[in-house]
Amino acid sequence: MVRILSQTKSAAVNPLKSSQPLGAAFAFLGVDGTMPLFHGSQGCTSFALVLFVRHFKETIPLQTTAMDEVATILGGADHLEEAILNLKSRTNPKLIGVCTTALVETRGEDFASDIANIRAKRSEELAGTEVVLANTPDFDGAIEEGWAKAVTAMIEGITRPGEQARERKKIAILPGWNLTVADMEHLREMVESFGLDPVILPDVSGALDGTVPDRWIPTTYGGTRIDDIRDLGTAVQCIAIGEHMRRPAEALQKLTGVPYVLFRSLTGLKAIDRFVSLLSAISGVPAPAKVRRRRAQLQDALLDGHFHFAGKKIAIAAEPDQLYQLATFFSGMGAEIAAAVTTTGISKILEKVPAETVQVGDLGDLEGLAAGTDLLVTHSHGRQAAERLGIPLMRVGFPIFDRLGSQHKPTILYEGTRDLIFEVANIFQASQNMPTPEALDPFRNREMPDDRHTPPVTRH
Amino acid sequence: MSSLNAKIQDVFDEPGCDKNRSKEAKVRKKGCSKPLTPGAAAGGCAFDGAKIVLQPITDVAHLIHAPLACEGNSWDNRGAASSGPSLWRTSFTTDLTELDVVMGQGERKLFKAIREIKDAYAPPAIFVYSTCVTALIGDDIEAVCKRAAEKFGLPVVPVNAPGFVGSKNLGNKLAGEALLDHVIGTVEPDDIGPYDINILGEFNLSGEFWLVKPLLDRLGIRVRACIPGDARYLDIASAHRAKATMMVCSTALINLARKMEERWDIPFFEGSLYGITDSSEALRQIAELLVKKGASPELLGRTEALIAEEEAIAWQKLQAYRPRLEGKRVLLNTGGVKSWSVVHALMEVGIEIVGTSVKKSTVEDKERIKQILKDENHMFESMAPRELYAMLCEHKADIMLSGGRTQFIALKAKMPWLDINQERHRPYAGYDGMVELVRQIDLAIHNPIWSQVREPAPWERAANETMRAEAGAAAEIATVHGFKKFAGATVDDFGEC
Repeated sequence: MVRILSQTKSAAVNPLKSSQPLGAAFAFLGVDGTMPLFHGSQGCTSFALVLFVRHFKETIPLQTTAMDEVATILGGADHLEEAILNLKSRTNPKLIGVCTTALVETRGEDFASDIANIRAKRSEELAGTEVVLANTPDFDGAIEEGWAKAVTAMIEGITRPGEQARERKKIAILPGWNLTVADMEHLREMVESFGLDPVILPDVSGALDGTVPDRWIPTTYGGTRIDDIRDLGTAVQCIAIGEHMRRPAEALQKLTGVPYVLFRSLTGLKAIDRFVSLLSAISGVPAPAKVRRRRAQLQDALLDGHFHFAGKKIAIAAEPDQLYQLATFFSGMGAEIAAAVTTTGISKILEKVPAETVQVGDLGDLEGLAAGTDLLVTHSHGRQAAERLGIPLMRVGFPIFDRLGSQHKPTILYEGTRDLIFEVANIFQASQNMPTPEALDPFRNREMPDDRHTPPVTRH
Repeated sequence: MSSLNAKIQDVFDEPGCDKNRSKEAKVRKKGCSKPLTPGAAAGGCAFDGAKIVLQPITDVAHLIHAPLACEGNSWDNRGAASSGPSLWRTSFTTDLTELDVVMGQGERKLFKAIREIKDAYAPPAIFVYSTCVTALIGDDIEAVCKRAAEKFGLPVVPVNAPGFVGSKNLGNKLAGEALLDHVIGTVEPDDIGPYDINILGEFNLSGEFWLVKPLLDRLGIRVRACIPGDARYLDIASAHRAKATMMVCSTALINLARKMEERWDIPFFEGSLYGITDSSEALRQIAELLVKKGASPELLGRTEALIAEEEAIAWQKLQAYRPRLEGKRVLLNTGGVKSWSVVHALMEVGIEIVGTSVKKSTVEDKERIKQILKDENHMFESMAPRELYAMLCEHKADIMLSGGRTQFIALKAKMPWLDINQERHRPYAGYDGMVELVRQIDLAIHNPIWSQVREPAPWERAANETMRAEAGAAAEIATVHGFKKFAGATVDDFGEC
């Protein structure tokens, strides 16, 4: 059973987390015609915006209520109202996703009733625009929690409540934040290949996939349509991906009675097989030839790739669901999870992580635990640790600011798992040392474990 | 908080700033930052500004007392370079949790964090930054820093610039104040010389100060402290013994330059290290100030000789680009000194300037640009992104030089773009830097992708011909509409320098 070690340091060294409101904004970015709005000081927005831009290399719609000292003391409802009205008149979004920050949450106002009041008072001006609230203080949670809260808020705020006539072919899919643009595209293709009609919420594949529109669009373009969110209750089945999507899936079930199935991960042959079987059962269609072919390719990749994984020690730092996704992938290939670091100790998924311990902490902890491992797996900020330790870094998650195309890398389903195997095997092959007589000399390092503390040669 | 308010008033009342002097006393108190419009604001906060100024100090541990976002979303994001220590790139934050905030454990956690950093990294100093939440819950970082400094026997410097007190620019200045109050003058150097200078406001982005430093070395001029680029704590602590100061990024640290002149009689001048003539002018002024302060007058002659030599080489290198760049039109969208300092050199190789922003430029700056461009119409106070996009779409320029924030206006208009602000990856300072800038412009304009991305798909070409008339009108409305969101964003498009 895995032991979860809580954080005992006072100084976080090289944070692993990105903030909770950033996670919520990320989810809102997957909805068509949306403008996420941070309720906080302008710096909160600016930092998140810059980080998004560095990761996606795209313009990111994200605005701020620009709370200053005085507004913070007197209360921020006026700023919130002004911001919402300004956004409406300037960009006419279909959805304004309000994400609170530590600043306003520390002061602590009733934002839900503020927004209800604003919507009631300004119903005429705000016609055609939904306003949804996610309570996401920075002093709690990280991307995972923020993303899940935003999705829950959209379901609770927009989806029509009550049991409704079900559409036999319609599936609601609630993906976790760790799915890339390519993952969402593949997910849609896979579901459609069974003749099913998926509604993916949120769907970042429209807005953040790096297209060049022929005009300037101030909000998100592409992503889940508001009408589809409203009609989620007509789906015959909901599929949630990642433990953190349980809450939104439960919210949908409670609201509309749509039952959900939760997949902890869609990386790895067995999990995908289960997913494909489910689609087959819902649709009554056997797995199409294309899907079978992809599965065969993955089988081959497992055969070709496992040589490179076996016995390798892997150090991973990621948010809980992504940690689970990657740790099960690596251990499923014969590697050992020698170090696992995550952002919070409360996620249920951590108990399933195939490692001896999971440390709640930061990249400083990862660096301490990763000495002697063969591969670091975390986001771009792991580059300093990788350099100091001389261990290669595989970039995953958010932010990835020093490599292009991270959004177009598939990480789930048959082809995503196949590509992950290739990526890791290639990193190992690229950093392979040629054998030398010295390294293989049987008389070298003959010292017994007891001798360790008295090295024969003094170091200068 | 009252002492912070007094500090902010003091910073706003800056006699060294021409723009500030021209205002009435009442207006002056409000400072230079305009009030922000909720829902239409852009740019960083005071904390951001303070961190930008101080974080490049390479051997210091920078500890951010805040919930996660302030540091977690922003660390290791700037391209300043270090010739030695790398501690500044390690991120430290107290990462306050809900429990810390509710139980009021902030100060205790901060104190412990300082101890942990001291034990594990033994830095020459620790800088502690306050933020909105820790200011709101009333954590007294100055008291904690004082106590920690006594207890641990190392300088622990409070940087009191929580985000909600104002803009990035205000944060820049508050950072300068922190250096004045707690760092500069705390160490007496034992190697004072007549050729010691300070450089203020040079960030050593992409290591570009290293393109200039050898020139100073050649003249026997020693950089006592370059603040903050590639700085060490001790350099800054003993910066008060320099003989002269060059201030590079005028708006950011003018208060620091002026107060160092008042306190320690170090004369300063504002100069630029961008562009050939300006680099020469900077060297000249440094030499003049040093001679005025007692250095041997033969320095002036040596300086002129070096300038002549370096200019000749640079102009010769630039001539090679003339055939490729003659007649190309550049839209310059940056602020302050950079506007005029690069204009001259670009024109020298035959590049035409179709526009330059003068948003942050002083009256003198504008005069200089006017003389160089011979046409006022090329100057604009601030250009709305909508107009920028339109200009670029209509191919009224061949390339835009700007900061990262306006990057996508150019790229989505399928227009070459070159980063000349903080995030850039290439050094442009000094003589070699100017040649590099021109080379990069050449590479950007002549990249073969432009003809590929601008061409519509073959199957769209025929359809486009017929659709164009109606679509054009609709698209224009959408464009105008789309840019409204940037209406409040222009102020920050120009970076902090």
